Amino acid sequence: MADTMPSYIGRSVVRREDNRLLKGAGTFVGDMKLDGMLHVAIVRSQLAHARINAIDLDAARGVDGVALALAGADLKDVLPPISGMQVTAPKTWRDGMDPRIEIPDQTLVPHDKLRYVGEPYALVVASDRYIAEDAAELIEGDFETLPPVANAEAAVNADALVHDHLPGNIAATLHAKKGDGETALETAPRRLKRRYFHHRYAAMPMECRGVVAEYDSRTDSITVWSSTQVVHWVRREVANALDMPEERVRVVAPDVGGGFGGKGHVYPEDILVAYLAKRLGRPVKWLEDRHEHLLNAAHSRDNLFDIEVGFDDDGKISVVKNYFLVDSGAYSPVGAAIAGNSIAHFMGPYDIPHYESDCKVMMTNRTPNAPYRGAGRPEVAFAMERSIDLIANELELDPAEVRFRNMIQPEQMPYAVGLPYRDGVMIEYDSGDYPEALRKALDGVGGLDAFRKRQKKALAEGRYLGLGLGCYVEGTGIGPFEGATVKIDSSGKVMVATGACPQGQGHETAFAQVAADIWGVDIDDVVVTLADTSHVTMGYGTIASRSAVTASGAIQESSDKVKEKVFAIAANVLEASESDLELRDGSVGVKGVPEMSMTLKEVARAALPGWIHQRPEGIEAGLEGTAYYEPPTVTWAYAANAAIVEIDTQTGVVKIENYVEVHDAGTLINPAIADGQVKGGLVQGIGGGLFEELSYDEHGQLMTGSFMDYLLPTASDVPPINVIHSETPSPRNSFGFKGLGEGGAIAPPVVIANAVCDALKPFGAELNSTPVRAEDILNILDAGAAAAE
Amino acid sequence: MKPPPLDILSPSSLIEALALLSEHGDAARPLAGGQSLVPLLNFRLSRPEILIDLNRISDLAFIKDGGDHIAIGAMTRERTIEENELVRDQAPLLQEATTQIAHLPIRSRGTIGGSLANADPAAEYPAVALALEIELVTQSVRGERRIKAAAFFEDVLTTALEPDELLTEIIVPKAPPGSSSAFVEIARRHGDFALAGVAAQITFANNAPADVCLAVCGAGSTASRLTTAEEIILQDGVGVEAVKAASAAAAASVDPMSDLHASADYRRRLVGVMTTRALEKVVQRAAVTS
Repeated sequence: MADTMPSYIGRSVVRREDNRLLKGAGTFVGDMKLDGMLHVAIVRSQLAHARINAIDLDAARGVDGVALALAGADLKDVLPPISGMQVTAPKTWRDGMDPRIEIPDQTLVPHDKLRYVGEPYALVVASDRYIAEDAAELIEGDFETLPPVANAEAAVNADALVHDHLPGNIAATLHAKKGDGETALETAPRRLKRRYFHHRYAAMPMECRGVVAEYDSRTDSITVWSSTQVVHWVRREVANALDMPEERVRVVAPDVGGGFGGKGHVYPEDILVAYLAKRLGRPVKWLEDRHEHLLNAAHSRDNLFDIEVGFDDDGKISVVKNYFLVDSGAYSPVGAAIAGNSIAHFMGPYDIPHYESDCKVMMTNRTPNAPYRGAGRPEVAFAMERSIDLIANELELDPAEVRFRNMIQPEQMPYAVGLPYRDGVMIEYDSGDYPEALRKALDGVGGLDAFRKRQKKALAEGRYLGLGLGCYVEGTGIGPFEGATVKIDSSGKVMVATGACPQGQGHETAFAQVAADIWGVDIDDVVVTLADTSHVTMGYGTIASRSAVTASGAIQESSDKVKEKVFAIAANVLEASESDLELRDGSVGVKGVPEMSMTLKEVARAALPGWIHQRPEGIEAGLEGTAYYEPPTVTWAYAANAAIVEIDTQTGVVKIENYVEVHDAGTLINPAIADGQVKGGLVQGIGGGLFEELSYDEHGQLMTGSFMDYLLPTASDVPPINVIHSETPSPRNSFGFKGLGEGGAIAPPVVIANAVCDALKPFGAELNSTPVRAEDILNILDAGAAAAE
Repeated sequence: MKPPPLDILSPSSLIEALALLSEHGDAARPLAGGQSLVPLLNFRLSRPEILIDLNRISDLAFIKDGGDHIAIGAMTRERTIEENELVRDQAPLLQEATTQIAHLPIRSRGTIGGSLANADPAAEYPAVALALEIELVTQSVRGERRIKAAAFFEDVLTTALEPDELLTEIIVPKAPPGSSSAFVEIARRHGDFALAGVAAQITFANNAPADVCLAVCGAGSTASRLTTAEEIILQDGVGVEAVKAASAAAAASVDPMSDLHASADYRRRLVGVMTTRALEKVVQRAAVTS
């Protein structure tokens, strides 16, 4: 690439998507109207655990406008269940984790037993959604209530089984070990033992899920539009369920209004709607309403940790033992991936010689649990970072100091953790300066010393200020692969298609920037196509903070293939040596000879098949290349957080005065997008820390079935947030990219809990579970005041 | 989440609306701003056969100076009340409470009549109505009634309105000279229904409270007057100790329920805190204005 070429990577290019999205001109599944389209209403269980004796569809079938009413029994021998292993793991990971994994398959519409409130047991297809819902109301079920398995802890010893073939309600067990935890604990001068609970909340995208499908009998093919993060997975499962070749199934994710992991796997409705469209020969639409979303879209978090930490009088941690339960609900669509993340990320940025972890993934009568932004990391960050603050309290050290004493130093990079990652590769943090991030975060809230002075002065006035810290590392850009196809046709435009499926994060812009730099062309000459299986044969999708790394890698590798041809053909036409050629301004030219060049358009024409091509011997026609980038392993993003809170001691309300995250995701493609991503994640983390909670009663009934009760943070609840980006390039890809989709959401719950405990240190406050509730804070104040008397 | 089948009738005059209501009685529900009723319909928790849409009756939306009172049409949007100068000058408690209702888009649709007739125990307007001793004018084909706020709110979402009656006008007494007021509330998030809210208006004479009106929302089956607390302030003034005693009395007098968002104990405690904060604001404002 010539030096004169502007680089798009690193610039806050205005997002291509914004023009249509800000004008309300986007097309979401809900906007789609096809001729003759029918609408589905799904009837969902109101019981947590029940045997199905009979479902009476007669009344529903008699309603004018109803095309079809079905229950599970009608589909029993027609549609197979979705595999419990939508995500697989390599053998090397299995060797390191010693797992026993028996994740149950998920029947699309059960005919025998219902396992959570919200599980489908019947459906109606009608000429409009109103009629479908009217008819759905008439469906009568005869159920026999079974004792519910209310939560993970209860599941361990419950007589009731969620799945009859899983004794003890255990779907998976994992073990991991580094060093000798047992001995290290015995010899540690000090020990801390705690129980931490990270409650259940969920992705809650602005757009709920939705699916439209249309069957074409002429070609025996089906097109499915789904609000999903993984179009290629949906294609695989639809093709499997309908016994069609994948080539005859096209899956498209149109504009998607947020996913955050909640749309990161295949759901029963993706397959059901496709099936119904084929069976009825008419387009079929199902839109999830918010009530259904709260009941049925995957929940997340809900982990219980029992921790033991060994440390010395200086606060240096020698060992962590971590035993935890994941409440996975009735199914676990992505297997043990969350638990694997939790095990791998526990030690965060700290240099800890001994570690042991045991995990059980438990089946309960709750909504299935799947990754949500952070995916197992917020939970362990909470346990680790609370533990550090408790150690600091015990030793009367500043929590910041204990962190500095335990952090991996920049000269230790790359740092071998001693555990396998989910991709089967032994974890090695690739680059970064963790202590520097924490220093910057402390500076961001005005400096540690200055704050401690201010805190002391405030306390003298009866005001309670607290500083909360939270640090984490995050494996990003995981494989197994991503696909991309790059083409240049006679228009001269560079056309890029990848398996990435954006949900609003600006992929069309970011990948145009990457491709424009790879090709040395104007960004307006890059055409980006995403989330459409018809454009890329194999793809993986946008989950797990992976697309910046993996899709860019795939664009680069497929571009390399095309470039070989471009140079060969240009050398032939220009009668120059390939090694003398360079890409410049949308052309290929001889270095140092400005007048000797040809445009990519001219090269594309010279590459055409036919009688008048100008290809050299042995070069195939057409400028097109496909590559499947398989990253060597993950890249390691990291962050340090600091926040100052003030407690209203009369009401218990926590006010976040200022929140700072220092985030390092390597080289940034588009800083404005990166900033928005991290801030959005922080707001979700604050929501989880203070407001959002999926509550169940003892019968397994979900109590939070609307936004009246499930409280999302609104604009007025968001404190001033400052995100400071460091850019330590990853050595694992030529761009230096790391992922950043999830990071923001990881730290806020523990940062808030730490800040509240710091503020209420005079009362001996300990908050070891989330969310942080005003009422609980008042109880701490009361208990502290009583103890002082 | 679609409503069950229903017919929508859109009368353009009050007389027409009252005739329809009389004809259909219990089968019909009047639709004002729709901010509570429409979600209930979509959840199929409310299942009227007929909606009588009041939004096309233009003479139900007004704010008039009635001399010693302000007359407000039931279909007046909350946003209009919030921005109205007469209300701000002569009924500042009503104005301040209005600013705390939900969010701007909701206030732009929601109406004062809709909120009062809905009688949500956590809503702001019923507490203001009780504190200011607002009168509610209702009409039906049978004639007109004037109901005092104290007799209007009967239970959760239940009022003295008969099935054929419409709330048409709200008579808000102007704040007396020497009075000062405050509305404070606490919710889990800005804009949510209050966990506890207190409306306060005190008329001072010779630097002492001559009339004390305190009402609470969010802490019982209806909004209610805090009569014991009122008496304490009336007798003992607005000093620190009196405010403390009044707040304790306020907390002791309510009978809140526990739900997902707050236990009964926490709500009761918040009633005390909100009473203190409302009284402190009233006192502060009285000092500023005098």
